[in-house]
Amino acid sequence: MTAETVPGGDGHAGASRGRRPRHLDLDALIDDRATRVVVCCGSGGVGKTTTAAALALRAAGRGRRVVVLTIDPAKRLAQSMGLEELDNEPRVVPGVDPGAGGELQAMMLDMRRTFDEMVLGHTTPDRAQAIFDNPFYQTISSSFSGTQEYMAMEKLGQLAATGRWDLIVVDTPPSRSALDFLDAPQRLSSFLDGRMIRLLSAPARAGGSALRKLVGSTFNLFAKAVSTILGGQVLADASAFVQAFDTLFGGFQERANATYQLLRAPGTAFVVVAAPEPDALREASYFVERLGTERMPLAGMVLNRTHPVHATLSGARAREGAEALEAARGDATTAAVLRLHADRVETAERERRVLARFTRAHPAVPIVDVPAMATDVHDLDGLRAIGELLRS
Amino acid sequence: MSNQRQSGGVGLFDEAGVERWPDALAGARLHVVTGKGGTGKSTLAAALALALAAGGGRTLLVEVEGRQGIAQLFDTPPLPYAEQRIAVAPDGGEVRGLAVDAEEALLEYLEMFYNLGLAGRTLRRMGAVEFATTLAPGLRDVLLTGKVKECVGRTVGDDRRGRGPRQPLYDAVVVDAPPTGRVVKFLDVTKAMGTLARTGPIRTQSEGVVALLHSPQTVVHVVSQLEDLPVQETLDTVDELAEANLPPGAIMVNRVRPARLPVTDRVDEGGLRAGLEAAGLFLKDDEVGGLLTEVDEHTERLAVESGVRSRLDAAGMPQIELPELADGVDLGGLYELAELLREQGVRHDR
Repeated sequence: MTAETVPGGDGHAGASRGRRPRHLDLDALIDDRATRVVVCCGSGGVGKTTTAAALALRAAGRGRRVVVLTIDPAKRLAQSMGLEELDNEPRVVPGVDPGAGGELQAMMLDMRRTFDEMVLGHTTPDRAQAIFDNPFYQTISSSFSGTQEYMAMEKLGQLAATGRWDLIVVDTPPSRSALDFLDAPQRLSSFLDGRMIRLLSAPARAGGSALRKLVGSTFNLFAKAVSTILGGQVLADASAFVQAFDTLFGGFQERANATYQLLRAPGTAFVVVAAPEPDALREASYFVERLGTERMPLAGMVLNRTHPVHATLSGARAREGAEALEAARGDATTAAVLRLHADRVETAERERRVLARFTRAHPAVPIVDVPAMATDVHDLDGLRAIGELLRS
Repeated sequence: MSNQRQSGGVGLFDEAGVERWPDALAGARLHVVTGKGGTGKSTLAAALALALAAGGGRTLLVEVEGRQGIAQLFDTPPLPYAEQRIAVAPDGGEVRGLAVDAEEALLEYLEMFYNLGLAGRTLRRMGAVEFATTLAPGLRDVLLTGKVKECVGRTVGDDRRGRGPRQPLYDAVVVDAPPTGRVVKFLDVTKAMGTLARTGPIRTQSEGVVALLHSPQTVVHVVSQLEDLPVQETLDTVDELAEANLPPGAIMVNRVRPARLPVTDRVDEGGLRAGLEAAGLFLKDDEVGGLLTEVDEHTERLAVESGVRSRLDAAGMPQIELPELADGVDLGGLYELAELLREQGVRHDR
């Protein structure tokens, strides 16, 4: 695929009705020095990480000092940026053109290590060790469903605090739903604040009289049932953990709030990534609405893996031509080329219909489409090619 | 539907002569469907539930990730935590749907063994139930798979009033499982149980789940697409499933596009222009150039596809192939996919 391919060119055959969405100008976004943080979000499997990496590389080539925080990148994508292992520290990406004065560093999030560092940063080494040794900490720092999102936010906060870069590009965890990224920190917080565990481990003493009246002895029964299922040890560990964590909690909460504020601050831009599939666009729609509610700034949407047509010949005429050739036993290769074109027109029209549902609901969201590539990115040139496709 | 398929269907055997849906799959009662995000896993799980119910059967389609994907696919209101009829299968038969929810499943357990009464709802509103399901890693998965097992094992009397010899309620249960990255953890109930109490109701049930998942009654299908990453994830998952001793099903290759031009056919501009004119199409230079670009991209894609196909073949699993639907997947598309599955031998032997 050549980098010169014009995504979503004007010549589409059988263009669907309705207004064409505004074009998302990502070069303008990354060239604007006021842009400090770009968050790439979207549902799993839409090419979020690749988009984040390509955008970061392009920004570095255009003179920004950039760090890109990736979450669980595909192996070859990681290798293409020289990331061989998970080490939780940004590393310089070799091979970036320094001509414009920019630079690129990249890192993969290690959520366990980020959590450890966060604990160490808020307490004495002894107490930190007691927390690390608790089996429940191991559960929560490695497999609790919101931890990855929480730690991605924490890492973003840390990177921003250093002031070492003038642009931070963040990939978001491969959640089942794009909204998890915004909700998970809150979930983890309510988990850690200790109210529930106190109720479960000593329901008689916690909760206040109103609560006790409300649920009566049911809570005792519930606590007993949960303890039967989980085993007393799990509850005891959880309880010990929450107690040890109590002194840290305020600090954690503060950090999470600060990062949340950073996401709303001027200089932050969200880029929603989607593919021309109903599920991905439905998620994108939810996310756009949610960002609106949270007053978080949306730059626009990157629509990955589109299949634009390269000739304006209509699908119907191509099919008729193929049929005519086949009937007359004419040139089979030309007939095949015409069928191929008719397939592409059909695909492009389907993608347009799916996209039209999104644009009708969100007509003001600027969009850039990135045509599908035959192969996956496996080196910096591949990322540069995607960066070219992302430009206006 | 104007979709063109490769020479009218792909038949009961693949190119290597491997049966696409061998008897072992037709005899299974629990079909777990996974796949990389974006490959069409939920769609194919739904089409499979339709195909297995065809001809007078009854299947249950279960989703476990709280997305209400079934309701969206079948264009019904969101499903409650109860099995509901969602579609009529081809040639008679029905598909029911269930959106399993770990918190509801936990409450259901507690109800069975402790009488919580109405307070269960209050506990849920307070977040206590959610909290309890997150205390131990794996408890959620144990609850979800436990519910699935209960559905597989449920029986009813075989006469109209529910009396007489008992028969399974569902011929087959199809689970729209978590995507490839998480599916083995989801199914590896033995590991998850390590964190739970040594005795108790959930423990007992989990042992039954383990037995079912590792029996010939269960098969795990992986949905793939003829591209690098989905194929890589498919092969990784096949290995992981084997390591966890979970029974493999079929690889369901989705969105296969027709090969219009064999790679060996060279297209030159002069020949193409002459051919187009013979067809009555007099195109400008850039139009012809555009068609040639499309040919180049097609050739590039075929090269990638042939590479990943041979890697898939090496996995030695039965393969099902489904085309990209021109109109996208709506309810009609689901039936079309179900029909294509049946043409490849997909059935449930009752």
